[in-house]
Amino acid sequence: MSCFRLENVSYRYDKSPVLHGIDLRLEPGEILGLFGHNGAGKTTSIKLILGLMQPTQGTVSVLGGQAGDPQVTQYIGYLPENVMFYPQLTGREILSHFARLKGASLRQVPELLEQVGLGDAMDARTKTYSKGMRQRLGLAQALLGKPKLLMLDEPTVGLDPVATADLYRLLRDLRDEGTGIVLCSHVLPGVEPYIDRAAILTEGSLKAAGDLAALRRQANMPVTLSLDPVHSVSALEKLIDRAGTSSGLMIKTDSGRLRVDVQPREKMALLQTVMASGEVADVSIHQPSLEDIYVHFIGSGGLAHRGGGQ
Amino acid sequence: MNSIWTIARKELSDSLRNRWLMAISLVFATLALGIAWFGAAASGQVGYASTPATIASLASLGIFLIPLIALLLAYDAIVGEEEGGTLLLLMTYPLSRSQLLLGKFLGHGLTLALATLIGFGVAGLAIALLVEDVAIINLAIAMFRFIASTVLLGWGFIALAYVVSVRVGEKPIAAGLALAIWFFFVLIFDLMLLGTLVASEGKFNAELLPWLLMLNPTDIYRLLNIVAFGDTGQLSGVLSLGADLPIGAAGLWIGLVLWFVIPLASALLLFRNRRI
Repeated sequence: MSCFRLENVSYRYDKSPVLHGIDLRLEPGEILGLFGHNGAGKTTSIKLILGLMQPTQGTVSVLGGQAGDPQVTQYIGYLPENVMFYPQLTGREILSHFARLKGASLRQVPELLEQVGLGDAMDARTKTYSKGMRQRLGLAQALLGKPKLLMLDEPTVGLDPVATADLYRLLRDLRDEGTGIVLCSHVLPGVEPYIDRAAILTEGSLKAAGDLAALRRQANMPVTLSLDPVHSVSALEKLIDRAGTSSGLMIKTDSGRLRVDVQPREKMALLQTVMASGEVADVSIHQPSLEDIYVHFIGSGGLAHRGGGQ
Repeated sequence: MNSIWTIARKELSDSLRNRWLMAISLVFATLALGIAWFGAAASGQVGYASTPATIASLASLGIFLIPLIALLLAYDAIVGEEEGGTLLLLMTYPLSRSQLLLGKFLGHGLTLALATLIGFGVAGLAIALLVEDVAIINLAIAMFRFIASTVLLGWGFIALAYVVSVRVGEKPIAAGLALAIWFFFVLIFDLMLLGTLVASEGKFNAELLPWLLMLNPTDIYRLLNIVAFGDTGQLSGVLSLGADLPIGAAGLWIGLVLWFVIPLASALLLFRNRRI
């Protein structure tokens, strides 16, 4: 049973399309990163999966049922962006309220608050909470009732590095127990090590989806080799020129190294050539990062949209 | 049903926590006792005038106060949750929109009913105990009728506040519209009716005219509390039209009930069609 499955989903708002032809699925025990600039349709996709809206076209099935069905929503945890809880209530009161609504055991309340690091603050009113503390409370709320599908919108906003690491460790544990997790974030380097698959949305359509290796293949972006010469940089340069690869850019860095951009399929051949020549003292390889892939897929046109930054 | 009660329970504990319940009860009790004690001041002495006069005075004050309190209590029910971001979150829970709104209504309605019961109940008890030779049975019946109609009137305005709260996107707008509702029903409506009467110079259908009073819950409320004593001489201004209303007390009660059922149903319908 998939955590959710979007099949050819389109959504229109006042006749202008917000999403078109989205096919996306999430299996249990998987962390999916959902990326895109502001207005790309991330929030709309999430709302469709949560059952807050009906798609104009296509089907949305969630946990083997209909999106928005009470039997389904009971097993979904959701952390919205920027949630302000009831300021006059304490963390414990708020979580108890939500636990009752979800039909979760009230014994979970103090446990979860301890788990997210609010153990000392659970009896303080939330108007005294910092942004990070509110975020933790939101997280505890999302974890009520052992969700099978967890959707987190910018979960690390306001969290310090230690808390962020704790959060990702927690998410890994949940994933290993079989929870399907969706992560929306703009802090791409932060989430890169933790996601199993990424989906990139632009202008309401899915530009790319898959694990990082597949995305790298699809993007076909050059790999950067950083070479430390034994003798001189120019000798290395000549050697690479002779190798006749279609690799373009070569840059001499200030530290006397040579940076070469090479197509992924020519990487091994070039490496073997330079290694055999004995001209290389050290080599390091930089794969395109999630951020590079993201920028590649949203294109330069997309850059204009990135100014808003969430 | 469970989720409705969970929402209602939070509203109730909120109004206990922010002392709304206590404050409203105190206001009601003070008001009722003040009117009871100084009711005869117009005739040159301090003391209890009579039960019908006291209830009539209370009802006249009630139509200003009850709608205002009800609107204040309820105007941000939905729009407030939306501004805090909790509406979106609540809607991802196993909780339907109707359940949320009905839960709010139960919570707010109980708050107002409790405050009315405590405030006016205490005043009624004090009158029964302290005033000599007051007819206890008559007082009890009148007080019961007064409290019940006050609660119904309050529920009506809570439901009207919901109609605003599910429609607008910002709290200040909801507050403004709630005040406008108060202004219309409490101040403008009777003036308009009077103006219509005068301008029509009696050509207006005489049978239809009294029914216009049913379009305003505060008029129904006043009629109910004054007509019940069979003393239509107390009716002044446009209310004197009510003497011609052929429906009696039962009809007035039904009118008051409809005045909270219909706005509540409209609010539910509007909320269901709202985009989140």
